[in-house]
Amino acid sequence: MEQIKVNVCMGTTCFVMGGSNLQELYDIIPQKYDDRVKIIGRPCLKLCSDNGEYSKAPYVQIGEEIIEEATIEKVIECIDRKLEGV
Amino acid sequence: MYNAGQAIHLKKEILVRLIKAFLSDNFEENTRLIPFKMRKKGTEVPYRCCIYKERAILKDRTIAGLGFRIEDDDETVSLATYAKSALERTETDNKNLTVLQVACKGCAPSQMFVTDLCQGCVARPCLSSCKFGAISIKDGKSTIDNSKCKKCQMCMRNCPYNAIVKRTIPCEDVCPVNAIKKDEKGFAIIDFEKCISCGKCISACPFGAVHEKSQIIDILKAMKSDKKVVGMIAPSLAGQWNIYQLKSAMIRAGFDDVCEVAQGADITAQNEAKEFTERIIEKGQPFMTTSCCAGYNRLVNKHLEEIKPFVSETKTPLYYTAELLKKNNPEIVTVFISPCVAKRSEGFENKNVDYVMNIEELGALFVAKKIEIFDCEESNYDKESSKQGRNFGVSGGVAEAVKKSLQDENIVKPYIINGLNEESIKLLKKFAKDNKCEENCNLIEIMCCEGGCISGNATINSKKTAKNLINKLTEQSNDIEKI
Repeated sequence: MEQIKVNVCMGTTCFVMGGSNLQELYDIIPQKYDDRVKIIGRPCLKLCSDNGEYSKAPYVQIGEEIIEEATIEKVIECIDRKLEGV
Repeated sequence: MYNAGQAIHLKKEILVRLIKAFLSDNFEENTRLIPFKMRKKGTEVPYRCCIYKERAILKDRTIAGLGFRIEDDDETVSLATYAKSALERTETDNKNLTVLQVACKGCAPSQMFVTDLCQGCVARPCLSSCKFGAISIKDGKSTIDNSKCKKCQMCMRNCPYNAIVKRTIPCEDVCPVNAIKKDEKGFAIIDFEKCISCGKCISACPFGAVHEKSQIIDILKAMKSDKKVVGMIAPSLAGQWNIYQLKSAMIRAGFDDVCEVAQGADITAQNEAKEFTERIIEKGQPFMTTSCCAGYNRLVNKHLEEIKPFVSETKTPLYYTAELLKKNNPEIVTVFISPCVAKRSEGFENKNVDYVMNIEELGALFVAKKIEIFDCEESNYDKESSKQGRNFGVSGGVAEAVKKSLQDENIVKPYIINGLNEESIKLLKKFAKDNKCEENCNLIEIMCCEGGCISGNATINSKKTAKNLINKLTEQSNDIEKI
């Protein structure tokens, strides 16, 4: 199965609006999923640049899917869903 | 005490929009529009009964962002007018917290309840444990007479079915000095005579009803003027970002220069070490307490007179840093970047500190100005601080710095109070009364927040992440000079 890539936006907007809490994923993901999932901190993914969209920050992108107002729980739920192939 | 969740998200979003409005060509009009842009016609209403109430509450939050008290608003004045007054004012008052009382409406008074889990048992431990005669049996089940109940929770603790619960009021529960209370109308009111500005209520309120009164507009005005604006970053800032990249980011954001308050922390540690030697070793005083947590200092002044003779007279890191800057150049505008509302109050009371901005507000400034901190080059500081000075914002860091400043480190026996609450306050009272600290300790370090300043109410990173970042920085810093 192809490795799932979790792209965490490390841009200032995402970081300030709540992305700082996502840093715990760097501990959780390797422990929980080994090599099946890879977490990557990305420079600004430009998802906040449309006018006013910073209100939906922080963003995480998993494959094609974009998670708005991302939390650790939302990210884990999405990974589990993808691993099950749903 | 970083606080996740939507309430804090809203406060930050308003700050970003306010800064953007200030930077736009029509500050007043764009400020007026903030609630309308955040809740556009026809969009969903996430929290309140209707879009009009949502906007009214967002307007109140914007008033706090503009630096006014929400309680003083009579609802007739438009945000444009507030924006204009914020631009015109030359001074701000020092009441640093303001409560969005409409938000308190959602939170019911504290009360004990018997739930359906009550089995109507024969033992009835609730009945026998209540000292106030508030419990009676109705239709075979317990009921509580709220006119008699004192909320001592004995019934709750004794019920074998966990059938009795307490409905809590988070702000009241978390305040270590009973300074916030709901009045008869159900609105939370802060008693500023008692309040020690610890900021615990800000983090605890799930409605985000307690706001810090911001000076962001005053700071933006200073940046726009010809004056030189210098940012003084608290040691806890090193727990949020790489401080060298942060310096570049702050300069791009409008500061003319940036310095570390950790350099003042070095002076505090050395002076406190001198004072420690004089008072404990030479004069034989049993113990001394540190003096850099602003929340603790207010606690001493307002609620803990008896411990005053034991408190260090050494000034805070902010005091020394601001004094140095103003001595070198009295013309500059000094802005302290603070992790919490307690330090905000200290800044208000210090004539060498012109303005205070918290970490969230600084973050909002970066967002509004689209500054990518992680892309910024690293800039050096004119004066690099010591390893120990940079660790002042972590619980245990202050005592460690005092210790390391002394030739004979072993004479210091630290006792760490990691977070103020009713129990730790009782303990301090006991030490003062007994004229003795536990386990023969002779230096008590007190941090109002659990974990230290890295858990201040306005921090962005979690305690754990902040600690890791500070460790990375201190690994490459030099030890403090011994006295």
